[in-house]
Amino acid sequence: MDFKNVRFTKEHEWVRSGDGDEVTIGITDFASGELGDIVYVELPKVGAEVTAMQSMGTIEAVKTVADLYAPVSGVVAAVNGALEQSPDLVNKDPFGDGWFVRVKMKNRRELDALMDRAAYQNMIGK
Amino acid sequence: MPYTYHTDDDRKAMLAALGLKSEEELIDVIPDKFRLRQLLPLEKGRTEPETLRAMGLLSRANRPAGHLVSFLGGGVYDHTVPSVVKNLTGRPEFATAYTPYQPEASQGTLQVIFEFQTHISRLTRLPVANASMYDGATALAEACLMAAKITKRDVVLVPQALNPRYLRVVKSYVAGQGIEIRAVSPSPAGDLDLAALRRALSDKVAAAVVQTPNYFGVLERPWEFEKDVHAAGALVVASVDPVSLSLLKPPGEYGADIAVGECQPLGNEMSYGGPLVGFMACKQEYIRQMPGRIVSATRDVDGRDAFVLTLQTREQHIRREKATSNICTNQGLLATRATIYVSLLGEHGFTELGRVCHERARKLAGMIAACDGYALAYSAPFFREFVVSCPADAGAIVEAARRDGVLAGIPLERYFGPGARQRLLVAVTEKHQDEDFEKLCAVLKRAALVKVG
Repeated sequence: MDFKNVRFTKEHEWVRSGDGDEVTIGITDFASGELGDIVYVELPKVGAEVTAMQSMGTIEAVKTVADLYAPVSGVVAAVNGALEQSPDLVNKDPFGDGWFVRVKMKNRRELDALMDRAAYQNMIGK
Repeated sequence: MPYTYHTDDDRKAMLAALGLKSEEELIDVIPDKFRLRQLLPLEKGRTEPETLRAMGLLSRANRPAGHLVSFLGGGVYDHTVPSVVKNLTGRPEFATAYTPYQPEASQGTLQVIFEFQTHISRLTRLPVANASMYDGATALAEACLMAAKITKRDVVLVPQALNPRYLRVVKSYVAGQGIEIRAVSPSPAGDLDLAALRRALSDKVAAAVVQTPNYFGVLERPWEFEKDVHAAGALVVASVDPVSLSLLKPPGEYGADIAVGECQPLGNEMSYGGPLVGFMACKQEYIRQMPGRIVSATRDVDGRDAFVLTLQTREQHIRREKATSNICTNQGLLATRATIYVSLLGEHGFTELGRVCHERARKLAGMIAACDGYALAYSAPFFREFVVSCPADAGAIVEAARRDGVLAGIPLERYFGPGARQRLLVAVTEKHQDEDFEKLCAVLKRAALVKVG
């Protein structure tokens, strides 16, 4: 996967941006590996407003439940409905089919505050 | 605790470890009005048998409901508790077990909880039930929080005829969570005013609570407004008396999303109003927003039936301040009693219990309505409890009845203000005999005469 347009949060979310205001959000392979088998994800509703670094859903693994934080502020444009039936996609393909939500950003500048891949890998010691 | 063995030195060491100067400092948070600022009136230098005798004489001034004819209800009911319930729950495996922190090692405890959940699920006709709650009031409060979380809305409609103790608990519970409680007035018949309920619905409403029977004993008809509530995007939360489900339509059959209630009437003593044990059941889709714990049946690696705690990842010991709820245990022993009680009665016995309670209640209601000056306050049907309109201050009537060894019921003024001064809430169970009814009617008639005279 090309990580050029991908930014990372300290809460282990990734954000992939394109030309427009919409970004795709998921959790990193490191995060899904640490959580273990993911059995359920609770996603926000399409149209819901989310605020940067506030919880917008939960990720339930066998042994724990983690929050899904919004890396940027905006409005939820789409959610990955496939996770309802197959939450294990997050383990299998965290950067691809295991994406969580698409958010229409309010302020592109919020992306600047996030880490690039090198900084993230440095944070997790890889 | 019949004997405390600590020496003065022990006490000093414990206080020193806590960094306190006196035992008084341990309890000085208790409001003064609840403190007894004097020693018990016991003579000094008496032997143990002498002291026990003095205390025994003193305790005779108590008038427990079991020694009187009691028509008290209001959420806690005086049903027969079969001896086998007491005997089995008195077994040390049940009586001394604390909540299982290594749950799968306690298969017996988990099996009982699983059976409790099964009973609740069958009674409410809702697919999932949890391992029990502290009591009916906290169960309702948790249901309100749950509905707010599910709908992401913050107004909960409650009937004015909701048990006033439940209302206080609900308000305390939701106060810090930005949830607003709005009361819906009753109709003149004593049930919910459906027009008022419909007017109160909006896109802010998370849930409409219905209690049936309500605090006045009156039966509601939730199926008449369930569709309106759901059309407004809100949930239906039903607070129900499990004994009434022996005869009445269960919440799962009228579209309730969450059902809660109080299991005290199922094999548990009144015990001066507590401890109690609540239940909660809901639709499958809301299982992850349900507070507390759930026991599931499964198979172990060798293919044997086994029980496990599921969904505990959302509990307090894992999720900390983000837990679904801060209820992270269950009311094990009392839930065990309820489980044994319901199993003992069986389907036929349980239906019979409800039928007898209802028939006895109707009989007494008829007898009271035939007493001069007394009438039933509401025309809507009731189950085993009803409000009597009295010719005098209900509090004074209750006081007079107590002197005659009858606990006549609950005077409603204390909860519903001066407008309810002449209203008396009377509960009937299968325990009541005709002679109890006659005794109550005699007392009521005398009280009415005193008023006229």
